[in-house]
Order: sequence, then C-alpha cells, then structure tokens
Amino acid sequence: MSIWEYANPRRFMRLTDLVLPWATAGTVLFMAVGLIWGFFFTPDDYEQGSTVKIIFLHVPSAMLAINVWFMMLVTSLVWLIRRHHVSALAAKAAAPIGVTMTLIALFTGAVWGEPMWGTYWAWDPRLTSFMILFVFYLGYIALWAAIEDPDTAADLTSVLCIVGSVFAFLSRYAVMFWNQGLHQGASLSMDKQEHVANAFYFPLIVSIIGFVLFFITLVLLRTRSEIRARRISALLARERQG
Amino acid sequence: MIALMKRDLQLALRSGGGFGLSLAFFLIVVMFVPFGVGPESGVLARIAPGILWIGALLSCLLSLDRIFQLDYEDGSLDLLTTAPLPMEGIVAMKALAHWLTTGLPLTLAAPVLGFLLSLPSEGYLWIFLSLAVGTPALSFLGTFGAAITVGLKRGGLLLSLLVLPLYIPTLIFGAQSVTLVVEGQTNTSAFLILAAISLFTFALIPFAAARALRVNLR
Repeated sequence: MSIWEYANPRRFMRLTDLVLPWATAGTVLFMAVGLIWGFFFTPDDYEQGSTVKIIFLHVPSAMLAINVWFMMLVTSLVWLIRRHHVSALAAKAAAPIGVTMTLIALFTGAVWGEPMWGTYWAWDPRLTSFMILFVFYLGYIALWAAIEDPDTAADLTSVLCIVGSVFAFLSRYAVMFWNQGLHQGASLSMDKQEHVANAFYFPLIVSIIGFVLFFITLVLLRTRSEIRARRISALLARERQG
Repeated sequence: MIALMKRDLQLALRSGGGFGLSLAFFLIVVMFVPFGVGPESGVLARIAPGILWIGALLSCLLSLDRIFQLDYEDGSLDLLTTAPLPMEGIVAMKALAHWLTTGLPLTLAAPVLGFLLSLPSEGYLWIFLSLAVGTPALSFLGTFGAAITVGLKRGGLLLSLLVLPLYIPTLIFGAQSVTLVVEGQTNTSAFLILAAISLFTFALIPFAAARALRVNLR
C-alpha cells in the first residue's frame, strides 16, 4: 500500500468520495467556531481596538496563499517525474484557490492597514511579495487557459511553476533588499517568542484549521470535476471515432 | 553552434528588425518620461536609473516572440532538433543571439540616454556595467518564455505576463546597483547579486527552456 495508488483516478475518486463529506463538515465546524469565537468573543486589543480581528481572516489566507503555491510546486514535480494525471489536475485545481487567497490576504491587509498604518497600501516587502505572488498565479492560470491539449498544458505549466517558484523566492529576498518594511513580524512562530496573546491565539489556530480544511475540500471538489471533465471528453472522442 | 548563431544574427540584421526597432523603442520610452513627469532635472536624475532599466527591459520584451516563432512556423526548428546538437545548446545560442541584437545595443545606448535624463555622471559607468551584466539574464529568461508560448497562435500578451514577473529580481538589483552609486553608497552587494542571477540563468534556464520546446514540438 503506497500513496501512489491514489494516483489512479478511480481510486482517487473512491477515496475522495469518503473524505469529502468529512472535510466539508470539518470546514463548516472549524470556520464557524474560529471566526465566531474570533469576531465576537475575543477582547479588543489595547492599541488596535477591534481592527485586530481581521487577523482571523488575514493570517490563514496569507498562509494558504503561500502554501497553495508550494503544493502546486510539489504536484508539478510529481507530474513531471511520475506522470500521474491526478497530480497535474490537482495543481490546476489549486491555482484559482491560491489566487483568491492571495487577494483576500491583500484586501484584508489593506482594510486593516488604513486605520493602523494610515494607508491602504505601502511598498513594504511583505506586501510587495504578495503582489508578486499574485502576478505569478495570474501567469500560471493564464497559461493553463491558453493551451488546448491537456498534456501539453500540464507539462508547460509544471515547468513554469518550477521556474516561477525559484524566481518568486528570489523576488522575495530582492524585495527585502530593496525596501525596509512597515509590516510586523510573524504572528505565529514555532519558538513561542513573539506570539500573539493567548486570547487571540486559540481562535486563530481554529480558524487556520478551518481554512486549511476549506482548501482541502475545494481542491478535492475541483480535482474531481476536472477528472470528470476529462472522462467526458474521452467519451466524446470515443463516440466520434466509433 | 557557431553556425546557428551566425545564421540567427544574419537573419536579425537582414530582416531589418532586430537592432533598430528595440533601440528606437528604448529611445521613445526614455523620451516619454520627461513628458510624463516634467522636465526638472532633479526629479529626472532621481528616477533615471529605474527608467533606463525599465525601458531596457520593455525593449527586450518586444523582440522575444521572434526568437522561436519564425523557425517554428517554417519548420527549421524541427530540423534543428534532429541536428547533432543538444536542445539546450540551441536554446543557449538563440538566447545569446537575442542578446547580441537587443541587449548589447541597449547597453551601449544607455549611458547616452542617461545623459538625456540628467543622470549624475557617476552613474554612467554603472548603468553600462549593470545593463551589460543584467540584460543577458533578461534574454535567457525571455527565451524560456518564448519556448513555452511558441506553439500558441496569439502568445504575445501571454508571453509578457509569464516573463515580466521573472524579471523582478534582475530589475531590482540592476536598478539598485546604479541608484546606490548615485546616492553615494557602495553597490558591491547589489552588483554581485545581479551577476549571480545572470550566471544562474545561464546555467539553468537552457534546461527548462529546452524541456518546454520539446513539449511544444512533440
């Protein structure tokens, strides 16, 4: 039993049939608890007032924005190395979610930044990196949309994703070299040194779990519909021949 | 490989595109900046390094779709793949030919245009050096974009969308290595990183571009 068995579309469909309802239920539960707890049952911050609550949308979406790209990189590599179609389709399915998360992070950041920093937008390294990430997502999605043959599209987008990852990473450090920032340090870290206060910490963790489950649900749904679309076009092609 | 490069250079020269067009475009972009922001030399001097870099980058972008398109259409690209030359070598030569016909003239013209934008005189040498070191990276990255979009009917706009984000690090370090000097600071680290990015693209981009070309020729 290895993980590669689920690269078979039929097995993948069967497994996700089982997983999807649980993932959906988990998403609803965790997001509802995390967000409601976060929005209504946490104290106002002594400096930031109630604007601090944007953190419950901003941090999870920003985390996902980066990690979705990372997942696309991994699935692209899997496609190039082992040529599992499900992997390529999962990367395709993830991209629009990633771009939406990037937009949510940018938007909530702007809404928070106006009262706090006095500006919606500043050319701060973190903000700029997100803008750059957004552009990379757009290019990737546009390339998928432009190529008709699915295998060619999967190959080319995978190569683009790998090269893009290298340069997105380079850009991140280039941008740090280029300008000093306004953005505060990480809200969460492994070594508990610079955490947010506990009152915000626990609901934040819950809503992060909610967002991750939300992403998993969406990616599975979208991959399943991609697989079905692929099956339909295969059936149509067979019909035309027969 | 050298024969291939000679052929590309001759084609670029004789078709009356290469040299002239991108240089003229560069001149026009630089000329438009004073129209847009006003002719005060203080403002112009401050933005000159960035404008020159962005102008060079856009001029470079203009001729990218030609790198493979014509060869793809008349079938000579298929012939080249059967030649006893690795695809990576073909890609590298194409990129080099592109640089010789666009990057190099732009580099040579940049100090003169810098004079027009009242770039402080310390900047002349560095705008030349940074473009000389940085534009090859632009050509190589552009070749990668061209290899990806070669099979598409209307790849032009998509090509820009794919390639421009890849240009960000080169642009930042290139423009910084001029700006820092003009502001009287040392630019060693910016310039060295710019050179590192260039070398990195020479070493790795041909493989990615060759891979994309093989997919498109399949």
